[in-house]
Amino acid sequence: MSLKFVENIKADVTSDIVYMMCPMHLLKLDEQMKELDPGQVLELLTDYDGALEDIPAWCTKTGNDFLGIDEEDDYYKIYIRKRGNR
Amino acid sequence: MSIKYFDHIAANPLLPEVLDAMMPYFKEQYGNPMSMYDLGMNAKQAIETAREQVARLINAKPSEIIFTSSAAESNNFALKGMALARQEIGRHIIISKAEHHSVLNTARSLEKQGFVATYVPVDKYGMVDPDAVKKSITKETTVISVIHASSEVGTIEPIKEIAAIAKAHKIAFHTDAVATAGNIPVDVKDLGVDAMSLTAHQFYGPKGAAAMYLKTGQRILPLIYGGIQEGGRRAGTENVPAIVGMGKAAELAEAGLSGRMAHVRQLRDRLTEGILKIPKVHATGHPEQRLPGLASFVVEYIEGEGMLLLLLAKGIYAASGSACTSKALKASPVLVSMGVPTSMAHGSIVFSLGIGNTQEGVDSCIEEFPLIVKRLRDMSPFAKEGWGAMEAEGGNKEGA
Repeated sequence: MSLKFVENIKADVTSDIVYMMCPMHLLKLDEQMKELDPGQVLELLTDYDGALEDIPAWCTKTGNDFLGIDEEDDYYKIYIRKRGNR
Repeated sequence: MSIKYFDHIAANPLLPEVLDAMMPYFKEQYGNPMSMYDLGMNAKQAIETAREQVARLINAKPSEIIFTSSAAESNNFALKGMALARQEIGRHIIISKAEHHSVLNTARSLEKQGFVATYVPVDKYGMVDPDAVKKSITKETTVISVIHASSEVGTIEPIKEIAAIAKAHKIAFHTDAVATAGNIPVDVKDLGVDAMSLTAHQFYGPKGAAAMYLKTGQRILPLIYGGIQEGGRRAGTENVPAIVGMGKAAELAEAGLSGRMAHVRQLRDRLTEGILKIPKVHATGHPEQRLPGLASFVVEYIEGEGMLLLLLAKGIYAASGSACTSKALKASPVLVSMGVPTSMAHGSIVFSLGIGNTQEGVDSCIEEFPLIVKRLRDMSPFAKEGWGAMEAEGGNKEGA
C-alpha cells in the first residue's frame, strides 16, 4: 500500500505514543478505536517507522478508513476514521 | 537484648497483612501477567489492583502509575527519560543539592552525555529556595528535579512552589518522594508535579517494588526496552508478588496515615529533646517543615561510624547520613551544602522512627547515647576542650 499524506485533518481523539515501540502502536490503536463512535477520527502520534506500514494494513484488515499521514519533524501524525456512519 | 530499630528511612519491616497478600503470588498464582490463560490473567488483575491502590495513595490515575524495581530506577527513569525525550527543546536540567545519589549521579551521567546540569544549593535548614530554582532556568531547561523530603536531614521542600515555577516555564518537574509517599500526605495534583518516584519498603511494603508517577501526556523515553509491560514504557516481566505487596502496603498506609504520623512524631520529639541535652550536638534540617519520623543531628568531634558501632552494641540501629554515604565514609553533600563544616558533617547521625517503635525504646536510646558520645569524645583527638568544658557549657538547642 502506498503512503498517503494529508494536512489539517480534524481529529476527535489524539493518542500520543511517541517513544513507545512495537507493538504498542497496534495495541493502543485497537484500544482507542474501541472507544470511538463510528465515523470519529483518531489521531495517533508516533515516532515508530513500522507504523507507516502496519497501520494502513491494520485498517485494511479491520475495515477502518486510513485517512493518511502528516509528517512532523520528529514524529508522524496518523489519521484513522472508525468504520460505519456517524 | 531486644532490638531498637531506628533506621526506618533505610528499610521498614514488612507488615504481616502485606506478606499475606503477597504469598499466593509466590505459590499457586505463578503465571506471567502477559499470558492469556487464567494464571496469567489473575496475575495481571493483581497488578492492576495494586496500580489502583498506589494511585489512590498519591491521588493519581491508575494509568499514571508505572511499576519499577526500585526508587533508584524510578529516579533514573524520570530524569533520563524526560531529559532525553525533550532534548530537541534543550539540554539543560536543574536539580538540588539535597538530592539522593540516584538523582545526583543520574544528573552527572547526563552531563557526560552533553547535557548541562545546575545544582541548586540549600539553605542552613536544607531548604531549596524556589527563587534560586527560577533564576537557574534558561531557554534550554527541560527538566527540574527536587527531592520532596531529605532522608538525611528530614526537611520537606517547597515542592508546590517549585512545580508552579516549572509549569510556568513549560519545564517537566519531577520529585523524589521516596521519604514522603506513604509517610505524610502526598497528592500529585495538589503538588502539581509531572513525575514522582516512590518505593514500597518506605511504607512497610517489600523491597523490589517501586513506582513512578507520570502525568498523562508527559512523554518519556524508556530505560528498558522489550515487551509491552507497563504500557510499553518499562519492559520486563513484572515482580508480581512485590507489586501486590506494594499495593497492599499503599492501601494500609493511606488508611493509617494520620495515626502513624502522630505516633512517630511524638517519639521523634521526645528523642530530639533528649539528644539535644548532650553538649555540642546540633539538630539538622528544618525544625518544623520536616518528616514526622526523622530526628537528625551532627555531633561535634566524633564520627558517625563510631557512634553507629557503639549504638549497635546496645541493640540500637541508626544511620549516619544516607545509606550509601554511610558505607562510603563520605561527608553528606546535603550537609556540606547546608554549610555544616566537612569535619562536623562526618558526625552525622540519623534516627528514623516507625510504627513499631515504643517510648521505652526511645528512652533507652536517650539513656545510652550520651554515654556513647562521651566515650568516643574521650578517645577523640579533636575534642580538645574536653568533656568537662562541654558539660559546663550546657546542651545546644539551636540548629546547626
